[in-house]
Amino acid sequence: METDQLIRTLAADSAYRARPVGMVLALALLAAAPVSMAIFFASLGVRPDLMSAMHNPFFDLKFAVTLALAISAIAVGLHLSRPQASLRGWAWLLLIPAGLLAGGIASEMMLPQRLPMMTRLIGSNSRVCLTAIPLISLPLLAAALIGLRHGAPTRPAVTGAIAGLLSAGLAATLYASHCTDDSPLFVATWYTIGAALVAAIGALAGSRMLRF
Amino acid sequence: MRKREDEWTGLMRSAMAGDSAAYDRLLKSVTPVLRAAARGGLARAGQPVDQSEDIVQDILLAVHLKRHTWDANAPFAPWLFAIARNKLIDSLRRRGRRIFVNIEDFAETLPGEPVTENAPASEVAAQLQSLPTRQREVLQSIAVDSASIKATAAKFSMTEGAVRVALHRALASLTAKVREQ
Repeated sequence: METDQLIRTLAADSAYRARPVGMVLALALLAAAPVSMAIFFASLGVRPDLMSAMHNPFFDLKFAVTLALAISAIAVGLHLSRPQASLRGWAWLLLIPAGLLAGGIASEMMLPQRLPMMTRLIGSNSRVCLTAIPLISLPLLAAALIGLRHGAPTRPAVTGAIAGLLSAGLAATLYASHCTDDSPLFVATWYTIGAALVAAIGALAGSRMLRF
Repeated sequence: MRKREDEWTGLMRSAMAGDSAAYDRLLKSVTPVLRAAARGGLARAGQPVDQSEDIVQDILLAVHLKRHTWDANAPFAPWLFAIARNKLIDSLRRRGRRIFVNIEDFAETLPGEPVTENAPASEVAAQLQSLPTRQREVLQSIAVDSASIKATAAKFSMTEGAVRVALHRALASLTAKVREQ
């Protein structure tokens, strides 16, 4: 086909309007959320002392951290779905959850504790945490990749890693309501390893799926 | 240079507002620039420059299918060059050579004169055969026979909406097939 013919054809198709990337991403995540929730409720469920745990600020902090991770990763991911985008000026958004966590660790250090530091860090759920976060996040990761694929990311591996952080943030928000380890030290260690795992899977999948 | 890029931005805004003539003019105006950059990239990678038309068509398809990621408040040229650079690197890599392309390659190029010696682009044409019959017929009617959507609809006794859908699907799957090669 001659290039002039192709141009004529593209102009004939100019009325077609694609949905914005943000909308496709939102729809995909909404479709995947019930799957992740089903996995969560079927295998773990919320902890029995949920109502009293909510009075513990360190329990609540877990949700602030995981939601901050999810929201900032959504913002960065949508930014990277434009072809000329780079991480510069945007990567700091991902420091918000880290900052919240650091603040939590600092305030826990200043309070008297019943358990020694290492005991709080190792906790009693680390293995569940490391399995649950990646498992719950997989449907969300697939959705995030489908959503971002609708954009034009020119850095597919980085964008895939961000999709991983996004889905890990959402998955960890669910998981946090099950986990009885509320110490920010536990969150900083095991949640981070879980999220990094999902980010690595996302980078790998993204480097294939997110090319256009 | 700046004047040309401002003109592109204006044309693209009109195109996004539904002006297909502006879109046609815009694509015709960017093509020589893309062609010059593609030839430059091929030459530096030690590849025959007569493949540049494949790359140009690849870029045009990507521009078309990803134009919803352009922010109408931003200038068009940086977006276009980012898409073009990505496609050029991708094409050169598929041809088996790792190469780095400067964004300046696009900004600095003067519009190349229409090439006379270029071989007819084969990649897109080759993939035509693998499309479902109806999509291929619609695409050929519009591309090769220069029929309008309306005339194509009458020829195949389809609705205009169905022609539009078939055309868009054909373009999307052509792009996917070229990429998968």
